[in-house]
Amino acid sequence: MKRFRVAVQIMPRRGILDPQGTAIAHALHSLGYAELADARMGKHIELELSATSEAAAEEAAREMCDRLLANPVTEDFAIAEVRDL
Amino acid sequence: MKFGIVTFPGSNCDYDAYHAVVDALGESAVYLWHKDHDLQDADVVILPGGFSYGDYLRAGAIARFSPIMREVAAFARRGGPVLGICNGFQIACEAGLLPGALMRNAGLKFVSEPVHVRVENSDTLFTNQLAAGDVLRIPIAHAEGRFVADEETLQALESEGRVVFRYVNAAGQRDPGANPNGSVNDIAGIVSEAGNVLGMMPHPERAADPLLGSDDGLAIFQSVLERVSA
Repeated sequence: MKRFRVAVQIMPRRGILDPQGTAIAHALHSLGYAELADARMGKHIELELSATSEAAAEEAAREMCDRLLANPVTEDFAIAEVRDL
Repeated sequence: MKFGIVTFPGSNCDYDAYHAVVDALGESAVYLWHKDHDLQDADVVILPGGFSYGDYLRAGAIARFSPIMREVAAFARRGGPVLGICNGFQIACEAGLLPGALMRNAGLKFVSEPVHVRVENSDTLFTNQLAAGDVLRIPIAHAEGRFVADEETLQALESEGRVVFRYVNAAGQRDPGANPNGSVNDIAGIVSEAGNVLGMMPHPERAADPLLGSDDGLAIFQSVLERVSA
């Protein structure tokens, strides 16, 4: 077994109102960033785990996202990085 | 009749629910610790309001894996009445006892104030002592109360009469200004497909005693009593 760090990114599904992202965009506009079109806010979670391979570590992280970390009704998740520790 | 009130770490309306059941309704109630596996023969289960597990990750996401939730889910599958209030509604959605999800209020603020909700369906386990169109004044206190669901689910909820309560103004009319959190279709409360699980963001247990400014919420407890003790 080796140790891995898996980073997962969880984002509100597109089309669902993200009031935190909207508030961030408003704040950036008021700072003068006229070029900013949109901002969305999600979560970044780092998981440290043991697994036999990188693929197995990713698979375990996906299952954790499906069962707990992401809400299938409102959020999408992606594995951002799998790193050998 | 016996009500079982689940206490999760971070629940803070369990005592209010107890007061509503025992002192206002005149029935008996027991607290059910979230680590137990025993509903103690409760006839009705209440998932009370609060901030279970500090609302970490998502409101209700961690509480839904508390040991007692296995028994609560089995009880609900058998048709047992479950009343999820505020955080309890969030937990019920996370547990799949109710469809949809509750997200951050559109206005981002924690909103604590009395609101008006209209009874949309009086033919339910939880509203049979009310009439469709009745307007109840009940407090809300939440930051994550914006009900969302996919189009298909919404259609089912609406066409099957499962939207039980809707936010309205004092005159009982739908009004964007009367929706405190941006819930789709002004939805304040829904029931499960089988009708035995109610989730609502407003707190009927905090409006069950005239001393608290309103006893409009008591009819919800009386409705359950009427059906279950019959």
